[in-house]
Order: sequence, then structure tokens, then C-alpha cells
Amino acid sequence: MRIIKLKKDNLFPFLEVISEEADLWAPVKKGDKHVFKVVDDFSQIEMNSTRTILPPRKIFLPPTFDMFSVSEEGYKEDFSHITKKILFGIHPCDIHGLLILDNFYKQAYLDPYYLEARKNTLILGLSCWPDEYCFAKSTNTHIIEEGFDLFFTYLKDFFLVWIGSSQGDDLVRLKPELFDEKLTDKDIQTYLNWQAERDKAYKWDLNFTAMPDLMELKYGDPLWEKLGDTCLACGSCTNVCPTCGCYNIMDKQFLGGKDGKIMRHWDACTLEEYSEVAGGENFRKKRSDRLKLWYTHKLQAFISKYGKPSCVGCGRCIVACPVDINVRTVGKALLGEEEDAFWIRLNKEVTK
Amino acid sequence: MNSQNKQLTGVNPFVPQPARIVRTYYLTEDVKFFQVRIVDMEKALSFEYLPGQFAMISVLGAGEAPFCLSSTPSRPGLLEFCIRKAGAVTSALFRMKENDLIGLRGPYGNGFPIERMHNKDILIIVGGLGVAPLRSVLLYCLDNRDQFRRVFLLHGAKRPAEMIFREEFLALKEREDLECHLTVDDDDTGTWTEKIGVVTTLFPLLEEIDPANTFGLVCGPPVMYKFVIKELVNLNIPKDQILMTLERRMKCGVGKCGHCAIDYIYTCLDGPVFTYWDVIHMRELI
Repeated sequence: MRIIKLKKDNLFPFLEVISEEADLWAPVKKGDKHVFKVVDDFSQIEMNSTRTILPPRKIFLPPTFDMFSVSEEGYKEDFSHITKKILFGIHPCDIHGLLILDNFYKQAYLDPYYLEARKNTLILGLSCWPDEYCFAKSTNTHIIEEGFDLFFTYLKDFFLVWIGSSQGDDLVRLKPELFDEKLTDKDIQTYLNWQAERDKAYKWDLNFTAMPDLMELKYGDPLWEKLGDTCLACGSCTNVCPTCGCYNIMDKQFLGGKDGKIMRHWDACTLEEYSEVAGGENFRKKRSDRLKLWYTHKLQAFISKYGKPSCVGCGRCIVACPVDINVRTVGKALLGEEEDAFWIRLNKEVTK
Repeated sequence: MNSQNKQLTGVNPFVPQPARIVRTYYLTEDVKFFQVRIVDMEKALSFEYLPGQFAMISVLGAGEAPFCLSSTPSRPGLLEFCIRKAGAVTSALFRMKENDLIGLRGPYGNGFPIERMHNKDILIIVGGLGVAPLRSVLLYCLDNRDQFRRVFLLHGAKRPAEMIFREEFLALKEREDLECHLTVDDDDTGTWTEKIGVVTTLFPLLEEIDPANTFGLVCGPPVMYKFVIKELVNLNIPKDQILMTLERRMKCGVGKCGHCAIDYIYTCLDGPVFTYWDVIHMRELI
């Protein structure tokens, strides 16, 4: 892989050139959090952003979109929501999230909506610095070797730029004079120092290797009932997770009843009606059973199927859950480690 | 700047085919029979499936739901379904008339392992609406009779009026090459000439079973599985030769929407036919 250098001041001119080709999406501030948004004014781009509220999958499979239309002439697929995009500022953990989704949406049947959106989006990754919630080092998703067209490592006054695909190379060729092909020993040392410092900045970790066995061994553990008693079944953990993809279908029927659109929208396995079948029978009426499914998926199932967890350590569930049920507290509880979480305090106080 | 959108050329697994209801009538008070033909003749004839597979049926405004195929692939062209009125989609289907159009896509799921079942005894145990998927495999076995050894059918219903395909099965009793036993829990008509009792009371009628070479196929209401499986295990039929088809909510049928997930498997891809061995290992299966 070729690595070149871009002076900090040359970033905006470069984005200027490439955004003529497609919409540029990047992290911008929203309150004290960040979101991915189309940007025209590059000064809005948050270069030191933490995790965005919603994961980048919202750009590939929006919360709602029309899949196809129905009329008397038959069915017509609808890809009108898919446009050419450049996604700048996506962190390594989120790129790993996309790689997990790639794998999933190519299994058995291809999902044309996801794959078409993916094909129409260039990925320009950006390095990041962990905060108190990040644990990407535990999931080994703090570094990225594939899945991007360009990757920018931000080193104070310049970027090291990894060229990951021929499309990425094409972007660079639009204005090659902005880049330096030659790296000095000092540049390399700066990068190594940055990497060492960054790796030390992760404040906590979780032993994922133990998780598949623990999920099995503690399947009947009272822990799950405790979690179920506290869980609000709001679906926030699912909405913010970069590797969740469950959806539901809704019909939009137009007046007259013969025409309509079939819409796909995000769903969450933590919601009560998720596993309900016709007639009202529900296979997972209990919140504890639904949480168990969510964690089986994240900590066990993917590991046995793809060799890695479907958790990328982004920390979004930690930020989002109002009652502290997240990969950190559940993981630590499975390991038998003490953790100060709302649901543990609540249970202690209730038992008193 | 937005570019022009391209239409995908590949097959979109989410978009149904228009299909026409050829015949529909009541089988019991709340179960209706639907005979359906895909409008595009070429697609209708190339719709290849296995007994035990299912299709997604949609009615605009009501939604889409999975239904197992009750017809046999050995009689191509027409697809048959037995449907109980239970939710939004089935209620909409019940309001439809012959010649009306529905959406159909599939077939999906694993289906019965027909090749493994070749040259084996086939013991089919049906309760109530469990007949929907098992009629497919029964008719398949009868249409390809030389590929299988003995074929048994044990069929139980609550009352004679609730025995789905009653006439069809009573007629099958005439066949020499099928050991067919029918029973009802309770005969409120006083005219029932077959057995009375739950389906497990038919087991003593099975003679000289060769368990190592027998496949037991079960489908029925949840309460039935426990007792029937016990009987099959007592007969020494191997756990991976006890097959059952299961129901889950599904929104896609192709392993994407997540609704039918159990542990790490998807009912729509890895099922709906599971062995008893699978069931022992998947805690949430039944």
C-alpha cells in the first residue's frame, strides 16, 4: 500500500476538488455530540470528533427508504435514495463495522440496496484519539488495513495518507501537487510516536476471547434476569450500533388501494414486537431473552461464524443506554468483574 | 452533486412476482386453501422447490409473510398453500377472490433432505395445520414412490370437521403403498369411522419399524412435539432423522431482516426444517 503525505493546509483544497464529484459527508458538531452530514463549508468538519450519534451505516441503509413500488403494472425496484457520496472522517472502528456488514449482506443472498450504496460511496478514513468509552483496542479494530479508498492519519501539521484502492488513487491524481510522495525519517518517527501514544490512551479493555464460552456457560445465569428487569427495551443500543442491521417492512398504500410503496425501516431485536408471530404468539416476550439474543449476536455468534465479534469497540452503546446496559458492563459482569453500573446499583438497592 | 441512479441488473431478492389466485376455498372453519400461479409463465414453470420450503406472500397494504408450500414440486406450475387466518396478511388473503393478484417470492429455506431420505422408511406425523408442509412431502413421496421404502401417515385433528384435507386423506387410505392412520380427539358427529384419541395413540399401530432406516417427520401445534418426539425416540429413531419444521416471524426470507434469528442461525436460511438434534442444541427453537 502506498503512503503519501498531505500538509494540513492542503486538506481543504483537496476536499474542494473531490467534492465536485459527489456529496461530501463528514462528521460535524451537533450540540456536544457529532453526526455525519453533507458538508459544503469544510470549516464545519470536526477533525477531532469522537463517535457520531448514529453509525455510518445510516448513509448506506437509511433509517427508512423505499425498496420498490407496486402498481397494476407490477413491481418496480427503487434505488432513488442511492447517490454518489464521499464519506470523509470515518474512524477505523466504523470501517471495521462496514466490513462486518459487507460480509453479512453478501451472505447467501446479496442485498442490492446495501451493496449498491456501498459501491457508490468512497471511504476516506481518518485517525482518531480514544476517549473514556472507546475500547477498539480490545476488539482489534483501532487499526485498519482494508476497506477504505484513502485513510488519513492526522499528525499535528500534516497527514499521512494511505492509498487503499485504485479509486483512492484516482482522487489523489485529481490534484497530485497537493501531496508529497516522499516521507522523511522524521515523518515516520512522528507517526510511530503518535501510534505508541494513541495505543496507550485506551483507558480500559475487555477480554473478548472469553466471551463465546461465557455466553454459553452463563446462559442460565441470574444476571440476565437482572438485566431484563432494568432494560427499558427502548432499542437505543441497536440504533447506535454500527453492526446492527435488522429491519422491518411497511407498506405505504396510496388512495384507491392499487398503488403503493414498500418501505424498509430500522428495527431492533430488543423491542417487544420483534419476535411476535401471527396470532400474537411471542417467542421472546421477556426483555431478558431479547437482551440475550442481542449479546449472543455481538459476543458469540459472529465469533463462531466469522472469527471476530460483531462489536467494533466504538463505545456508542455505552453512551446511548440510559441504564448502563452495554458491552462494557455486560462483558465485565460475564467475566465476574466488579463494575459500577446503574443496573447493578439499582438491583442492590432494591434487594436492600 | 447527485449522479444518475443505475437500475441494478441482478436479481433483487426482495421484489416479489405477481401471482394469480387460481382457486381458493375453505378447508375448515378458519383454514383456507389457495392455489396460485405466477403470472409470468416461464417463471411459473421454472419455480423449483423442495418439500418443506416456503414462499413469501404479500398483499399491498397488509404486508408480507412466510407460508410453507403445501403442493409438491412433482406437480409443477401451480403452487398450493393452506392458510389459517391469524394476522394482517392472512386476513387480507381471506378477503381475496379467485383471479385476484398477490405478490410471491421464493422458494426459501432448506426444505426436507430428500436425498438423505431416499430408500428409507418415511413416517409422517401431522397435527392440525401441521399438514401444510407435510402434505408437500407426502405427495412427493407418493409421486416418486419407488425412491422410498414404506411410507406412513399418522394424522390427528381435534374434530372431524377440523381435519384439513379430510377427503383427500380418507381417499389415500385406499392405497396399498401407504400406511395411513387418521384420528380425531373427539367425534362430535357420531359418523367418524376412523380412530379416536390424540395422535400418539396411533403409534401402537406401527408394525415392525426399522428405526435406523426411518425418518420421522413431525409438524403440528407446539404441545404435540414433546409427546410425539418422545414416541419417536422410544422407537430408537436417530435424533438426526427426526425432522420438524418450525415457524418464526420473517420479514425477508433471505437472512437479512434478522427477525427469525435463533442463537446464531436464521430460520429462513438454516431452517425451517430442523432435526431433533438441532433442537436440543438451540435453546429457543421450540
